[in-house]
Amino acid sequence: MSGDTTVSTSKTIQDAAKPAPEPAPEPRPQGEVMLEVDNLGKHFPVTAGLLRRQVGAVKAVDGVSFSVRKGETLGLVGESGCGKSTTGRMIMRLLDPSFGRITFEGRDITKLSRGQMRPLRRDLQMIFQDPYSSLNPRQTVGAIVGAPFRLQNIRTEHGVKRAVQDLLELVGLNPEHYNRYPHEFSGGQRQRIGIARTLALKPKLIVADEPVSALDVSVQAQVVNLMEDLQDELDLTYVVIAHDLSVVRHISDRVAVMYLGKIVEVADRAELYERPMHPYTNALLSAVPVPDPSLREGRERIRLQGDVPSPLDPPPACRFHTRCWKAQEICKTVEPPLVRLSPGHEVACHFPENATVSETDTVAKAAVAHGASPDEAPLADQD
Amino acid sequence: MTASDETAPAEFAERARPSAFLEVRDLKIHFPTDDGVVKSVDGLSFQLERGRTLGIVGESGSGKSVTSLGILGLHNRQNARVSGEIWLDGQELVGSTPEQVRRLRGRQMAMIFQDPLSSMHPFYTVGKQIIEAYRVHNDVSKAVARKHAIDMLGRVGIPKPDQRVDDYPHQFSGGMRQRAMIAMALSCDPELLIADEPTTALDVTVQAQILDLIRDLQEEFNSAVIMITHDLGVVAELSDDILVMYAGRCVEYAAVEDAFHRPLHPYTWGLLGSMPRLDRERSERLMPIKGSPPSLINVPDGCPFHPRCPYGELTGGKADTERPELRELEPGHKAACHLPLEQRREIWNAEIAPKL
Repeated sequence: MSGDTTVSTSKTIQDAAKPAPEPAPEPRPQGEVMLEVDNLGKHFPVTAGLLRRQVGAVKAVDGVSFSVRKGETLGLVGESGCGKSTTGRMIMRLLDPSFGRITFEGRDITKLSRGQMRPLRRDLQMIFQDPYSSLNPRQTVGAIVGAPFRLQNIRTEHGVKRAVQDLLELVGLNPEHYNRYPHEFSGGQRQRIGIARTLALKPKLIVADEPVSALDVSVQAQVVNLMEDLQDELDLTYVVIAHDLSVVRHISDRVAVMYLGKIVEVADRAELYERPMHPYTNALLSAVPVPDPSLREGRERIRLQGDVPSPLDPPPACRFHTRCWKAQEICKTVEPPLVRLSPGHEVACHFPENATVSETDTVAKAAVAHGASPDEAPLADQD
Repeated sequence: MTASDETAPAEFAERARPSAFLEVRDLKIHFPTDDGVVKSVDGLSFQLERGRTLGIVGESGSGKSVTSLGILGLHNRQNARVSGEIWLDGQELVGSTPEQVRRLRGRQMAMIFQDPLSSMHPFYTVGKQIIEAYRVHNDVSKAVARKHAIDMLGRVGIPKPDQRVDDYPHQFSGGMRQRAMIAMALSCDPELLIADEPTTALDVTVQAQILDLIRDLQEEFNSAVIMITHDLGVVAELSDDILVMYAGRCVEYAAVEDAFHRPLHPYTWGLLGSMPRLDRERSERLMPIKGSPPSLINVPDGCPFHPRCPYGELTGGKADTERPELRELEPGHKAACHLPLEQRREIWNAEIAPKL
């Protein structure tokens, strides 16, 4: 299976996805696949008692698959606890996956040891959420940003200091701040320092975990713009993890929506925001407050009841069925496979919103292939 | 520009007892520190009627939260210098004794804090904390108060309130904790409710639930609500009026429609331009405000916004030296800016609005 926008939740689903209409033409043929994640999962054991026996597991990420192409930005959105940060940390190999596979530039990095990972760290870098705790308060900016050169034993043409100063300039800081300490900077400036460190080794892929959520609105925009400029300039590939749907829309080319450790929908940006198909995506989008008082009345709103269930004991089959207003019997028994309904748009739902008749059919066929009885599957049964 | 040097506070000083339900006049809250005086709030005035919602917007360090704590009288008088007047339903609070204010707190005015985990006591059950607040102000038996607490928890949408009342805060999820917090705040039926970033720590779907809840409860109790937030979306959803704060001062005050569709202060333009919006076509670039918010110890001379303002030079140097007063430019619409009104309207219509 070619990696392009191939998203599936488990092996069986790949069969299920077969009846999909035709091998649709790829929407963005340019750029080869840089990162491929296949059925990746992370279960944190929960232990109890004197012997620390395992009594359960927090299924933080439970089989996600996606791919990221060179030069694009993939947005990973979801509410807290949906596993988006865990996914990001697994890609970075800061956490060891429980199962699944991560392929970076054609090389399986899932099982690499720390030492084997080290040369790869040049290509894979991360931007952290909190600019206050991710910089060592006892080191100067020069030491912080210069650390990657030191750790990787990289000779720079005009010395490390010059390289660091170039980096500071690149992210819009004054190169003379080389000898200052992090506390002398504001939140936005610190985030820039973090970005400078990230860029030091000219990485290919950057995982940004909530890069702007700790910043003020006016400063957020500065950092978002900076990230976009750097992407153009240095040909970077981003995986941006965020909970703010407006920021994700602004920055991403493709967006994956996660719920309780699973990907429920992946689509190109415009497609996802104009024609969201998974009920959860619809609910998320309609819950975002819009800064326009004249839209206050008359805006159709979907109000989800209750909270996200615990990942210790996620609901069976479709994990969203406990809060979904469209849920029926089948949602409690058969897990909806992630099916490609149109080029670059994949959804895991038995009853997608905004779907055409043929798309509903595709979903039903996939459900049958996945174990649903034909009566249950809502074949061409659209309201 | 006709220079009327009459400032808002001077006007107010003539009338003593206000007609509005809540009136804040020239409120100043300063904190002397070793490095200098932190002028967190520096001459803030506004009014609020019952049944209305005022949204206070600003970046971190603009003085929004300090204002709300000041109204509730929660500042330690040892290290905070509070001056000005706060009138709540005919009673002046700044000059009142802490004991007098304490009696009002909880009963007439209540607050919802940003972080429900750190603002509820982890050692007591949720029910116990609500009961305590209720019994301080109402002479009722424990059983009656407990029933009231269960009632309130049910009202704010906590499932099985008769069981959850005996849970500890850590057993609640973030959204439920915030609901419990709201139940506690509303247990004595306060006339003024201050919500300080009530949804910032919550997910969007839960945020929507909480905003709905606050709106419904306000209708039911007819309380006055002050909504403090940095999220313009939240303000647009809920507020009737908006007060934009910058460096401890109000830079714009307007009805919500005016503030979003005809704002008159460059800082408000900047805020609107720097947020990506779901209700518009995706813009290629955001328009951030350059620089970062000033330190409150060294507030820039003149207009505090001038170092970051792209239009500061159009005032012919006035912005660097002279502090603009908050003037009423249209009925109910005030802004503090040196630029002539016509020019500001032009800039908004020609340069800012089309790019949003």
